Amino acid sequence: MITLESVTRTYGRFTAVDDVSFTASPGRVTGFLGPNGAGKSTTMRIIVGLTHATAGAATVSGRRYVDLPNPGLEVGVLLDASAQHAGRTGREILTISQRFMGLPRARVDEMLDLVGLSPEESSRRVRDYSLGMRQRLGLAAALIGDPTVLILDEPANGLDPAGIRWMRGLLRGFADRGGTVLLSSHLLHEIEVIADDLVVIGNGRIVAQGTKSDLLGAAGSMVRTSDRTTLAAALMADGVTSSYVGPDGLLAQADAEHVGRTAFAAGLPVLELRAADGTGLEEMFLQLTADTSREGALA
Amino acid sequence: MTTMAVPAVTHRRIPLSRIVTTELRKLLDTRSGFWTVAAIGIVSMLTTGAVILWAEREELTYRTFTTAISVPITLLLPIIAILSVTGEWSQRTGLTTFALVPHRGRIVLAKAIASVGVAVVAIPVAFAIGALGNVAGTAIAGVDPVWDLTATDLLLLVLANVLGVLIGFMLAVLIRSSAGALATYFVYAFVLPTIALVLAQSQDWFHDLQPWVDFDFAQNALMDGSVTGQQWTQLAVTGVIWLVVPLAVGLRAVVRAEVK
Repeated sequence: MITLESVTRTYGRFTAVDDVSFTASPGRVTGFLGPNGAGKSTTMRIIVGLTHATAGAATVSGRRYVDLPNPGLEVGVLLDASAQHAGRTGREILTISQRFMGLPRARVDEMLDLVGLSPEESSRRVRDYSLGMRQRLGLAAALIGDPTVLILDEPANGLDPAGIRWMRGLLRGFADRGGTVLLSSHLLHEIEVIADDLVVIGNGRIVAQGTKSDLLGAAGSMVRTSDRTTLAAALMADGVTSSYVGPDGLLAQADAEHVGRTAFAAGLPVLELRAADGTGLEEMFLQLTADTSREGALA
Repeated sequence: MTTMAVPAVTHRRIPLSRIVTTELRKLLDTRSGFWTVAAIGIVSMLTTGAVILWAEREELTYRTFTTAISVPITLLLPIIAILSVTGEWSQRTGLTTFALVPHRGRIVLAKAIASVGVAVVAIPVAFAIGALGNVAGTAIAGVDPVWDLTATDLLLLVLANVLGVLIGFMLAVLIRSSAGALATYFVYAFVLPTIALVLAQSQDWFHDLQPWVDFDFAQNALMDGSVTGQQWTQLAVTGVIWLVVPLAVGLRAVVRAEVK
Protein backbone atom coordinates (compact mmCIF):
# COMPACT_ATOMS: atom_id res chain seq x y z
CA MET A 1 0.00 0.00 0.00
CA ILE A 2 1.16 3.53 -0.81
CA THR A 3 -0.32 6.48 1.06
CA LEU A 4 0.25 10.17 0.37
CA GLU A 5 -1.03 12.78 2.76
CA SER A 6 -1.09 16.40 1.61
CA VAL A 7 2.25 16.12 -0.17
CA THR A 8 3.51 19.47 -1.44
CA ARG A 9 6.76 20.35 -3.16
CA THR A 10 7.73 23.87 -4.12
CA TYR A 11 10.73 25.17 -6.07
CA GLY A 12 11.05 28.82 -5.12
CA ARG A 13 7.69 30.29 -6.04
CA PHE A 14 6.73 27.40 -8.31
CA THR A 15 4.59 24.65 -6.80
CA ALA A 16 5.32 21.38 -8.62
CA VAL A 17 3.18 19.18 -6.36
CA ASP A 18 0.30 20.84 -4.56
CA ASP A 19 -1.43 19.16 -1.62
CA VAL A 20 -1.56 15.70 -3.21
CA SER A 21 -3.29 12.94 -1.23
CA PHE A 22 -4.18 9.47 -2.48
CA THR A 23 -3.85 5.81 -1.65
CA ALA A 24 -2.72 2.98 -3.92
CA SER A 25 -4.23 -0.20 -2.50
CA PRO A 26 -2.98 -3.80 -2.49
CA GLY A 27 -4.49 -6.03 -5.15
CA ARG A 28 -5.14 -3.07 -7.44
CA VAL A 29 -3.38 -1.27 -10.24
CA THR A 30 -3.51 2.47 -9.64
CA GLY A 31 -3.00 4.58 -12.73
CA PHE A 32 -1.37 7.96 -12.19
CA LEU A 33 -2.46 10.06 -15.13
CA GLY A 34 -1.58 13.56 -16.19
CA PRO A 35 -0.12 15.64 -19.00
CA ASN A 36 3.67 16.08 -19.22
CA GLY A 37 4.97 18.36 -16.49
CA ALA A 38 1.92 17.81 -14.29
CA GLY A 39 3.99 16.61 -11.33
CA LYS A 40 3.76 12.81 -11.72
CA SER A 41 7.50 12.14 -11.65
CA THR A 42 8.14 14.58 -8.81
CA THR A 43 5.40 12.88 -6.77
CA MET A 44 6.92 9.44 -7.44
CA ARG A 45 10.41 10.65 -6.49
CA ILE A 46 8.97 12.01 -3.24
CA ILE A 47 7.44 8.58 -2.45
CA VAL A 48 10.85 6.90 -2.72
CA GLY A 49 12.73 9.70 -0.94
CA LEU A 50 14.77 10.95 -3.92
CA THR A 51 13.08 14.34 -3.61
CA HIS A 52 12.13 15.75 -0.23
CA ALA A 53 8.57 16.97 0.20
CA THR A 54 8.21 20.59 1.30
CA ALA A 55 5.17 19.51 3.33
CA GLY A 56 3.11 16.38 3.87
CA ALA A 57 4.18 12.75 4.10
CA ALA A 58 4.29 9.64 1.95
CA THR A 59 4.42 6.09 3.31
CA VAL A 60 4.89 2.69 1.73
CA SER A 61 3.46 -0.30 3.60
CA GLY A 62 2.87 2.04 6.54
CA ARG A 63 6.44 3.31 6.80
CA ARG A 64 8.43 6.17 5.36
CA TYR A 65 10.50 4.82 2.45
CA VAL A 66 13.82 5.78 4.11
CA ASP A 67 12.85 3.67 7.14
CA LEU A 68 12.63 0.49 5.05
CA PRO A 69 15.67 -1.63 6.06
CA ASN A 70 16.18 -3.11 2.59
CA PRO A 71 13.80 -1.19 0.30
CA GLY A 72 14.41 -3.32 -2.81
CA LEU A 73 12.82 -6.35 -1.13
CA GLU A 74 9.61 -4.46 -0.47
CA VAL A 75 9.28 -1.88 -3.24
CA GLY A 76 10.22 -2.28 -6.88
CA VAL A 77 11.06 1.10 -8.36
CA LEU A 78 11.47 2.09 -12.02
CA LEU A 79 11.59 5.85 -12.43
CA ASP A 80 13.63 6.24 -15.62
CA ALA A 81 14.81 3.28 -17.66
CA SER A 82 17.50 5.40 -19.32
CA ALA A 83 19.11 6.41 -16.03
CA GLN A 84 21.78 3.71 -16.21
CA HIS A 85 25.52 3.78 -16.76
CA ALA A 86 25.76 3.30 -20.54
CA GLY A 87 29.00 1.35 -20.14
CA ARG A 88 27.55 -1.46 -18.01
CA THR A 89 25.97 -4.56 -19.46
CA GLY A 90 22.33 -5.34 -18.70
CA ARG A 91 23.41 -8.34 -16.65
CA GLU A 92 25.88 -6.23 -14.65
CA ILE A 93 23.18 -3.68 -13.80
CA LEU A 94 20.93 -6.46 -12.49
CA THR A 95 23.86 -7.96 -10.60
CA ILE A 96 24.47 -4.66 -8.79
CA SER A 97 20.84 -4.62 -7.61
CA GLN A 98 21.07 -8.30 -6.64
CA ARG A 99 24.19 -7.52 -4.56
CA PHE A 100 22.75 -4.50 -2.78
CA MET A 101 19.70 -6.55 -1.80
CA GLY A 102 21.75 -9.60 -0.82
CA LEU A 103 19.89 -11.99 -3.11
CA PRO A 104 21.12 -15.30 -4.53
CA ARG A 105 22.98 -14.89 -7.81
CA ALA A 106 20.47 -17.11 -9.64
CA ARG A 107 17.85 -14.34 -9.35
CA VAL A 108 19.64 -12.41 -12.11
CA ASP A 109 19.05 -15.15 -14.69
CA GLU A 110 15.49 -15.70 -13.49
CA MET A 111 14.70 -12.03 -14.03
CA LEU A 112 16.40 -11.91 -17.44
CA ASP A 113 14.21 -14.87 -18.42
CA LEU A 114 11.10 -13.22 -17.02
CA VAL A 115 11.51 -10.00 -19.00
CA GLY A 116 12.68 -11.80 -22.13
CA LEU A 117 16.26 -10.56 -22.44
CA SER A 118 18.40 -13.26 -24.05
CA PRO A 119 21.88 -14.13 -22.70
CA GLU A 120 23.36 -12.43 -25.76
CA GLU A 121 21.34 -9.25 -25.15
CA SER A 122 22.10 -9.20 -21.45
CA SER A 123 25.85 -9.24 -22.10
CA ARG A 124 25.62 -6.17 -24.34
CA ARG A 125 26.30 -2.73 -22.95
CA VAL A 126 23.23 -0.65 -22.18
CA ARG A 127 24.32 2.13 -24.56
CA ASP A 128 23.38 -0.29 -27.36
CA TYR A 129 19.92 -1.02 -25.92
CA SER A 130 16.69 0.26 -27.42
CA LEU A 131 14.36 2.09 -25.04
CA GLY A 132 12.13 -0.98 -25.01
CA MET A 133 15.03 -3.18 -23.87
CA ARG A 134 15.91 -0.64 -21.18
CA GLN A 135 12.32 -0.74 -19.93
CA ARG A 136 12.47 -4.55 -19.76
CA LEU A 137 15.75 -4.35 -17.87
CA GLY A 138 14.28 -1.71 -15.55
CA LEU A 139 11.28 -3.95 -14.85
CA ALA A 140 13.64 -6.84 -14.12
CA ALA A 141 15.53 -4.65 -11.62
CA ALA A 142 12.24 -3.58 -10.02
CA LEU A 143 11.03 -7.17 -9.68
CA ILE A 144 14.28 -8.87 -8.63
CA GLY A 145 13.70 -8.35 -4.90
CA ASP A 146 10.25 -10.00 -5.12
CA PRO A 147 8.57 -6.85 -3.74
CA THR A 148 4.92 -6.35 -2.78
CA VAL A 149 4.75 -2.80 -4.15
CA LEU A 150 5.70 -1.54 -7.61
CA ILE A 151 6.26 2.12 -8.49
CA LEU A 152 6.72 2.61 -12.24
CA ASP A 153 7.07 5.92 -14.06
CA GLU A 154 5.94 5.69 -17.70
CA PRO A 155 6.96 2.02 -18.00
CA ALA A 156 5.29 1.56 -21.38
CA ASN A 157 7.45 4.21 -23.09
CA GLY A 158 9.40 2.64 -25.90
CA LEU A 159 7.75 -0.79 -25.68
CA ASP A 160 6.26 -2.17 -28.88
CA PRO A 161 2.58 -3.22 -28.88
CA ALA A 162 3.49 -6.81 -27.99
CA GLY A 163 5.71 -5.52 -25.19
CA ILE A 164 2.94 -3.32 -23.83
CA ARG A 165 0.57 -6.29 -23.85
CA TRP A 166 3.17 -8.42 -22.07
CA MET A 167 3.74 -5.75 -19.41
CA ARG A 168 0.00 -5.39 -18.88
CA GLY A 169 -0.27 -9.12 -18.19
CA LEU A 170 2.71 -8.98 -15.85
CA LEU A 171 1.28 -6.10 -13.80
CA ARG A 172 -2.21 -7.63 -13.77
CA GLY A 173 -0.79 -10.87 -12.37
CA PHE A 174 1.25 -8.93 -9.81
CA ALA A 175 -1.86 -7.08 -8.55
CA ASP A 176 -3.99 -10.23 -8.60
CA ARG A 177 -1.48 -11.87 -6.26
CA GLY A 178 -2.11 -9.04 -3.80
CA GLY A 179 0.59 -6.61 -4.91
CA THR A 180 0.22 -2.84 -5.09
CA VAL A 181 0.99 -1.23 -8.45
CA LEU A 182 1.32 2.51 -9.01
CA LEU A 183 2.10 3.38 -12.61
CA SER A 184 2.11 6.72 -14.32
CA SER A 185 1.37 7.70 -17.88
CA HIS A 186 0.52 10.76 -19.89
CA LEU A 187 -1.46 8.55 -22.29
CA LEU A 188 -4.97 7.77 -21.23
CA HIS A 189 -5.47 4.72 -23.45
CA GLU A 190 -2.43 3.06 -21.97
CA ILE A 191 -3.75 3.39 -18.43
CA GLU A 192 -7.40 2.80 -19.28
CA VAL A 193 -6.74 -0.84 -20.17
CA ILE A 194 -4.76 -1.78 -17.10
CA ALA A 195 -5.76 0.41 -14.15
CA ASP A 196 -8.42 -0.38 -11.56
CA ASP A 197 -8.13 3.01 -9.88
CA LEU A 198 -7.22 6.35 -11.36
CA VAL A 199 -5.54 9.41 -9.95
CA VAL A 200 -5.57 12.30 -12.42
CA ILE A 201 -3.16 15.17 -11.85
CA GLY A 202 -2.82 18.51 -13.59
CA ASN A 203 -0.45 21.36 -12.69
CA GLY A 204 0.54 19.61 -9.48
CA ARG A 205 -2.99 19.22 -8.17
CA ILE A 206 -5.22 16.18 -8.19
CA VAL A 207 -8.15 16.90 -10.46
CA ALA A 208 -9.93 13.56 -10.17
CA GLN A 209 -9.51 10.26 -8.41
CA GLY A 210 -11.58 7.14 -7.90
CA THR A 211 -12.18 3.74 -9.38
CA LYS A 212 -12.08 3.62 -13.15
CA SER A 213 -15.73 2.60 -13.31
CA ASP A 214 -16.82 5.51 -11.09
CA LEU A 215 -14.90 7.98 -13.18
CA LEU A 216 -16.34 6.47 -16.34
CA GLY A 217 -19.86 6.72 -14.91
CA ALA A 218 -19.26 10.33 -14.01
CA ALA A 219 -18.34 11.12 -17.56
CA GLY A 220 -22.05 11.69 -18.41
CA SER A 221 -23.34 11.98 -21.97
CA MET A 222 -22.06 13.16 -25.29
CA VAL A 223 -24.58 15.15 -27.29
CA ARG A 224 -24.38 16.90 -30.66
CA THR A 225 -26.95 19.50 -31.47
CA SER A 226 -27.54 22.45 -33.83
CA ASP A 227 -27.19 25.01 -31.02
CA ARG A 228 -25.08 23.79 -28.16
CA THR A 229 -24.93 27.22 -26.48
CA THR A 230 -28.69 27.14 -25.89
CA LEU A 231 -28.61 23.50 -24.76
CA ALA A 232 -25.76 24.21 -22.34
CA ALA A 233 -27.79 27.10 -20.88
CA ALA A 234 -30.90 24.90 -20.59
CA LEU A 235 -28.89 22.17 -18.85
CA MET A 236 -27.31 24.73 -16.52
CA ALA A 237 -30.80 25.95 -15.57
CA ASP A 238 -31.37 22.36 -14.44
CA GLY A 239 -28.12 22.35 -12.46
CA VAL A 240 -26.27 20.17 -14.98
CA THR A 241 -22.77 21.32 -15.92
CA SER A 242 -21.40 20.68 -19.40
CA SER A 243 -18.44 21.51 -21.57
CA TYR A 244 -17.80 21.87 -25.30
CA VAL A 245 -16.11 19.00 -27.06
CA GLY A 246 -15.09 19.17 -30.70
CA PRO A 247 -16.82 21.52 -33.22
CA ASP A 248 -20.43 20.93 -32.15
CA GLY A 249 -20.33 18.41 -29.26
CA LEU A 250 -21.31 18.90 -25.67
CA LEU A 251 -20.26 16.70 -22.75
CA ALA A 252 -22.98 16.93 -20.10
CA GLN A 253 -22.70 15.62 -16.55
CA ALA A 254 -26.04 13.82 -16.70
CA ASP A 255 -27.39 10.61 -18.19
CA ALA A 256 -28.59 10.46 -21.80
CA GLU A 257 -32.31 10.49 -20.92
CA HIS A 258 -32.00 13.70 -18.91
CA VAL A 259 -30.07 15.40 -21.70
CA GLY A 260 -32.58 14.18 -24.34
CA ARG A 261 -35.57 15.50 -22.41
CA THR A 262 -33.87 18.86 -21.78
CA ALA A 263 -33.11 19.24 -25.49
CA PHE A 264 -36.69 18.30 -26.41
CA ALA A 265 -38.09 20.83 -23.92
CA ALA A 266 -35.81 23.50 -25.38
CA GLY A 267 -36.99 22.59 -28.89
CA LEU A 268 -33.50 21.71 -30.10
CA PRO A 269 -32.84 18.96 -32.65
CA VAL A 270 -30.48 16.28 -31.32
CA LEU A 271 -28.00 15.06 -33.94
CA GLU A 272 -26.33 12.47 -31.71
CA LEU A 273 -26.79 11.36 -28.12
CA ARG A 274 -24.93 8.64 -26.26
CA ALA A 275 -23.44 7.77 -22.89
CA ALA A 276 -19.84 8.94 -22.84
CA ASP A 277 -18.20 5.52 -22.54
CA GLY A 278 -14.57 4.51 -23.19
CA THR A 279 -13.81 7.60 -25.24
CA GLY A 280 -15.70 9.56 -22.62
CA LEU A 281 -12.84 9.02 -20.25
CA GLU A 282 -10.60 10.73 -22.74
CA GLU A 283 -13.00 13.64 -22.96
CA MET A 284 -12.99 13.77 -19.20
CA PHE A 285 -9.19 13.65 -19.12
CA LEU A 286 -8.92 16.45 -21.66
CA GLN A 287 -11.56 18.46 -19.88
CA LEU A 288 -10.11 17.93 -16.44
CA THR A 289 -6.63 18.87 -17.47
CA ALA A 290 -7.50 21.53 -20.07
CA ASP A 291 -7.73 24.28 -17.43
CA THR A 292 -4.31 23.51 -16.12
CA SER A 293 -2.24 21.94 -18.90
CA ARG A 294 0.00 23.83 -21.30
CA GLU A 295 -2.16 22.86 -24.27
CA GLY A 296 -5.16 24.29 -22.46
CA ALA A 297 -3.35 27.52 -21.77
CA LEU A 298 -2.74 27.99 -25.48
CA ALA A 299 -6.29 27.15 -26.56
CA MET B 1 -4.16 1.22 9.18
CA THR B 2 -4.75 -2.44 8.40
CA THR B 3 -2.17 -5.00 9.40
CA MET B 4 -2.69 -6.70 6.05
CA ALA B 5 -0.65 -4.03 4.34
CA VAL B 6 2.41 -4.54 6.54
CA PRO B 7 4.65 -7.31 5.23
CA ALA B 8 4.88 -10.31 7.56
CA VAL B 9 8.62 -10.62 6.96
CA THR B 10 10.87 -8.01 8.51
CA HIS B 11 14.04 -7.59 6.51
CA ARG B 12 17.50 -6.97 7.89
CA ARG B 13 19.16 -3.65 7.31
CA ILE B 14 21.69 -3.78 4.45
CA PRO B 15 25.11 -4.17 6.13
CA LEU B 16 27.73 -1.54 5.31
CA SER B 17 30.17 -4.27 4.23
CA ARG B 18 27.81 -5.27 1.42
CA ILE B 19 27.43 -1.67 0.27
CA VAL B 20 31.24 -1.33 0.23
CA THR B 21 31.84 -4.49 -1.82
CA THR B 22 29.07 -3.52 -4.26
CA GLU B 23 30.49 0.00 -4.65
CA LEU B 24 33.95 -1.55 -5.16
CA ARG B 25 32.47 -3.66 -7.94
CA LYS B 26 30.94 -0.54 -9.48
CA LEU B 27 34.40 1.08 -9.56
CA LEU B 28 35.69 -1.68 -11.80
CA ASP B 29 32.73 -2.90 -13.88
CA THR B 30 32.79 -0.24 -16.59
CA ARG B 31 35.42 0.11 -19.28
CA SER B 32 36.47 3.55 -18.03
CA GLY B 33 36.65 2.36 -14.41
CA PHE B 34 38.56 -0.79 -15.28
CA TRP B 35 41.09 0.99 -17.47
CA THR B 36 41.67 3.79 -14.98
CA VAL B 37 42.63 1.17 -12.39
CA ALA B 38 44.61 -0.84 -14.93
CA ALA B 39 46.35 2.37 -16.01
CA ILE B 40 47.95 2.59 -12.56
CA GLY B 41 49.84 -0.64 -13.22
CA ILE B 42 50.57 0.20 -16.87
CA VAL B 43 51.76 3.75 -16.16
CA SER B 44 53.91 2.49 -13.26
CA MET B 45 55.67 0.11 -15.67
CA LEU B 46 56.09 2.79 -18.34
CA THR B 47 57.48 5.27 -15.81
CA THR B 48 59.84 2.61 -14.44
CA GLY B 49 61.00 1.88 -17.98
CA ALA B 50 61.60 5.59 -18.60
CA VAL B 51 63.69 5.89 -15.45
CA ILE B 52 65.81 2.87 -16.46
CA LEU B 53 66.32 4.32 -19.95
CA TRP B 54 67.05 7.92 -19.15
CA ALA B 55 68.17 8.31 -15.52
CA GLU B 56 71.84 8.91 -14.73
CA ARG B 57 73.64 5.99 -13.05
CA GLU B 58 74.07 7.79 -9.74
CA GLU B 59 70.36 8.67 -9.78
CA LEU B 60 69.34 5.00 -10.04
CA THR B 61 67.98 4.66 -6.50
CA TYR B 62 64.67 3.34 -5.22
CA ARG B 63 63.59 6.89 -4.32
CA THR B 64 63.97 7.98 -7.96
CA PHE B 65 61.67 5.19 -9.06
CA THR B 66 58.95 5.80 -6.44
CA THR B 67 59.09 9.57 -6.94
CA ALA B 68 58.64 9.16 -10.69
CA ILE B 69 55.82 6.64 -10.27
CA SER B 70 54.06 8.83 -7.70
CA VAL B 71 53.43 11.61 -10.25
CA PRO B 72 50.96 9.76 -12.52
CA ILE B 73 49.44 7.88 -9.56
CA THR B 74 48.69 11.13 -7.75
CA LEU B 75 46.56 11.99 -10.77
CA LEU B 76 44.89 8.63 -11.45
CA LEU B 77 43.74 7.59 -7.98
CA PRO B 78 41.68 10.73 -7.28
CA ILE B 79 40.05 10.37 -10.71
CA ILE B 80 38.73 6.95 -9.65
CA ALA B 81 37.30 8.45 -6.46
CA ILE B 82 35.80 11.42 -8.32
CA LEU B 83 34.07 9.35 -11.00
CA SER B 84 32.60 6.91 -8.47
CA VAL B 85 30.72 9.79 -6.84
CA THR B 86 29.91 12.07 -9.79
CA GLY B 87 28.77 9.12 -11.94
CA GLU B 88 25.69 8.76 -9.74
CA TRP B 89 24.66 12.20 -11.00
CA SER B 90 26.18 12.46 -14.47
CA GLN B 91 25.14 8.91 -15.47
CA ARG B 92 21.99 9.25 -13.34
CA THR B 93 22.55 5.86 -11.69
CA GLY B 94 21.74 7.61 -8.42
CA LEU B 95 18.07 7.02 -9.22
CA THR B 96 18.72 3.31 -8.64
CA THR B 97 21.46 3.52 -6.02
CA PHE B 98 19.69 5.93 -3.68
CA ALA B 99 16.40 4.08 -4.10
CA LEU B 100 18.05 0.79 -3.05
CA VAL B 101 20.01 2.43 -0.22
CA PRO B 102 18.01 5.50 0.79
CA HIS B 103 20.50 6.60 3.46
CA ARG B 104 22.82 8.56 1.18
CA GLY B 105 25.44 9.01 3.86
CA ARG B 106 26.00 5.23 3.84
CA ILE B 107 26.55 5.20 0.08
CA VAL B 108 29.02 8.09 0.32
CA LEU B 109 30.87 6.38 3.18
CA ALA B 110 30.99 3.10 1.24
CA LYS B 111 32.39 4.89 -1.81
CA ALA B 112 35.05 6.56 0.35
CA ILE B 113 36.09 3.20 1.81
CA ALA B 114 36.14 1.57 -1.65
CA SER B 115 38.22 4.39 -3.18
CA VAL B 116 40.72 4.41 -0.31
CA GLY B 117 40.80 0.60 -0.51
CA VAL B 118 41.79 0.75 -4.19
CA ALA B 119 44.52 3.26 -3.31
CA VAL B 120 45.86 1.17 -0.43
CA VAL B 121 46.15 -1.87 -2.72
CA ALA B 122 47.31 -0.03 -5.85
CA ILE B 123 50.15 2.01 -4.31
CA PRO B 124 52.12 -0.95 -2.89
CA VAL B 125 51.67 -2.72 -6.26
CA ALA B 126 53.06 0.34 -8.03
CA PHE B 127 55.95 0.59 -5.56
CA ALA B 128 56.68 -3.12 -6.07
CA ILE B 129 56.93 -2.43 -9.80
CA GLY B 130 59.35 0.36 -8.91
CA ALA B 131 61.38 -2.07 -6.79
CA LEU B 132 61.62 -4.52 -9.70
CA GLY B 133 62.69 -1.58 -11.87
CA ASN B 134 65.38 -0.68 -9.35
CA VAL B 135 66.73 -4.25 -9.40
CA ALA B 136 66.59 -4.51 -13.20
CA GLY B 137 67.84 -0.98 -13.85
CA THR B 138 70.88 -1.24 -11.62
CA ALA B 139 71.69 -4.70 -13.00
CA ILE B 140 71.60 -3.30 -16.55
CA ALA B 141 73.73 -0.32 -15.53
CA GLY B 142 76.09 -2.63 -13.66
CA VAL B 143 75.82 -0.83 -10.31
CA ASP B 144 74.59 -1.99 -6.90
CA PRO B 145 70.91 -1.28 -6.16
CA VAL B 146 70.37 1.50 -3.64
CA TRP B 147 67.41 1.12 -1.25
CA ASP B 148 67.14 4.62 0.13
CA LEU B 149 63.54 4.42 1.39
CA THR B 150 62.54 3.07 4.81
CA ALA B 151 59.22 1.39 5.58
CA THR B 152 58.19 4.65 7.29
CA ASP B 153 58.97 6.59 4.09
CA LEU B 154 56.75 4.22 2.11
CA LEU B 155 53.92 4.44 4.65
CA LEU B 156 54.06 8.24 4.52
CA LEU B 157 53.91 8.12 0.71
CA VAL B 158 50.84 5.89 0.93
CA LEU B 159 49.29 8.34 3.38
CA ALA B 160 50.03 11.26 1.05
CA ASN B 161 48.31 9.45 -1.82
CA VAL B 162 45.32 8.52 0.35
CA LEU B 163 44.97 12.22 1.21
CA GLY B 164 45.00 12.95 -2.53
CA VAL B 165 42.19 10.41 -3.02
CA LEU B 166 40.20 12.02 -0.23
CA ILE B 167 40.67 15.49 -1.77
CA GLY B 168 39.30 14.20 -5.07
CA PHE B 169 36.48 12.49 -3.21
CA MET B 170 35.64 15.66 -1.30
CA LEU B 171 35.53 17.73 -4.50
CA ALA B 172 33.26 15.12 -6.13
CA VAL B 173 30.85 15.21 -3.18
CA LEU B 174 30.93 19.01 -3.17
CA ILE B 175 30.55 19.57 -6.91
CA ARG B 176 28.76 16.40 -8.12
CA SER B 177 29.78 16.92 -11.75
CA SER B 178 32.62 14.93 -13.33
CA ALA B 179 34.06 17.79 -15.39
CA GLY B 180 33.69 20.33 -12.60
CA ALA B 181 35.25 18.09 -9.95
CA LEU B 182 38.17 17.04 -12.21
CA ALA B 183 38.90 20.65 -13.19
CA THR B 184 38.77 21.79 -9.57
CA TYR B 185 41.06 18.93 -8.59
CA PHE B 186 43.71 20.19 -11.02
CA VAL B 187 43.32 23.68 -9.58
CA TYR B 188 43.77 22.17 -6.11
CA ALA B 189 46.77 20.05 -7.10
CA PHE B 190 48.65 22.45 -9.37
CA VAL B 191 47.30 26.00 -9.50
CA LEU B 192 46.91 26.68 -5.78
CA PRO B 193 50.40 25.36 -4.84
CA THR B 194 51.94 27.54 -7.58
CA ILE B 195 50.10 30.65 -6.38
CA ALA B 196 51.15 29.83 -2.79
CA LEU B 197 54.76 29.42 -3.92
CA VAL B 198 54.85 32.78 -5.69
CA LEU B 199 53.06 34.46 -2.80
CA ALA B 200 55.48 32.99 -0.25
CA GLN B 201 58.47 34.24 -2.25
CA SER B 202 57.18 37.78 -2.60
CA GLN B 203 55.21 38.35 0.61
CA ASP B 204 56.93 37.91 3.98
CA TRP B 205 53.68 37.70 5.94
CA PHE B 206 52.55 34.77 3.80
CA HIS B 207 55.90 33.05 4.04
CA ASP B 208 55.40 32.58 7.79
CA LEU B 209 51.73 31.77 7.46
CA GLN B 210 52.06 29.24 4.61
CA PRO B 211 52.68 26.05 6.64
CA TRP B 212 49.44 26.70 8.51
CA VAL B 213 47.19 27.45 5.53
CA ASP B 214 48.72 25.63 2.54
CA PHE B 215 47.51 22.01 2.45
CA ASP B 216 49.85 21.05 -0.38
CA PHE B 217 52.83 22.54 1.45
CA ALA B 218 51.89 20.59 4.60
CA GLN B 219 51.58 17.38 2.58
CA ASN B 220 55.07 17.82 1.14
CA ALA B 221 56.44 16.93 4.58
CA LEU B 222 55.06 13.41 3.99
CA MET B 223 57.09 13.10 0.78
CA ASP B 224 60.30 14.06 2.59
CA GLY B 225 60.08 11.09 4.91
CA SER B 226 60.43 12.78 8.29
CA VAL B 227 57.54 14.61 9.84
CA THR B 228 57.95 16.66 13.01
CA GLY B 229 55.24 17.09 15.60
CA GLN B 230 54.66 20.62 14.39
CA GLN B 231 54.35 19.42 10.80
CA TRP B 232 51.71 16.88 11.86
CA THR B 233 49.81 19.73 13.52
CA GLN B 234 50.14 21.86 10.39
CA LEU B 235 48.89 18.94 8.30
CA ALA B 236 45.88 18.56 10.61
CA VAL B 237 45.09 22.30 10.58
CA THR B 238 45.34 22.66 6.79
CA GLY B 239 43.44 19.36 6.40
CA VAL B 240 40.52 20.73 8.39
CA ILE B 241 40.46 23.90 6.29
CA TRP B 242 40.86 22.34 2.84
CA LEU B 243 39.37 18.86 3.31
CA VAL B 244 37.13 18.37 6.34
CA VAL B 245 35.10 21.58 6.18
CA PRO B 246 34.31 21.44 2.44
CA LEU B 247 33.55 17.70 2.80
CA ALA B 248 31.04 18.46 5.54
CA VAL B 249 29.41 21.12 3.35
CA GLY B 250 29.31 18.67 0.44
CA LEU B 251 27.83 15.85 2.52
CA ARG B 252 25.08 18.12 3.75
CA ALA B 253 24.26 19.05 0.16
CA VAL B 254 24.31 15.41 -1.01
CA VAL B 255 21.84 14.35 1.67
CA ARG B 256 19.50 17.20 0.76
CA ALA B 257 19.96 17.26 -3.00
CA GLU B 258 17.23 16.07 -5.30
CA VAL B 259 18.16 12.96 -7.31
CA LYS B 260 16.67 13.25 -10.79
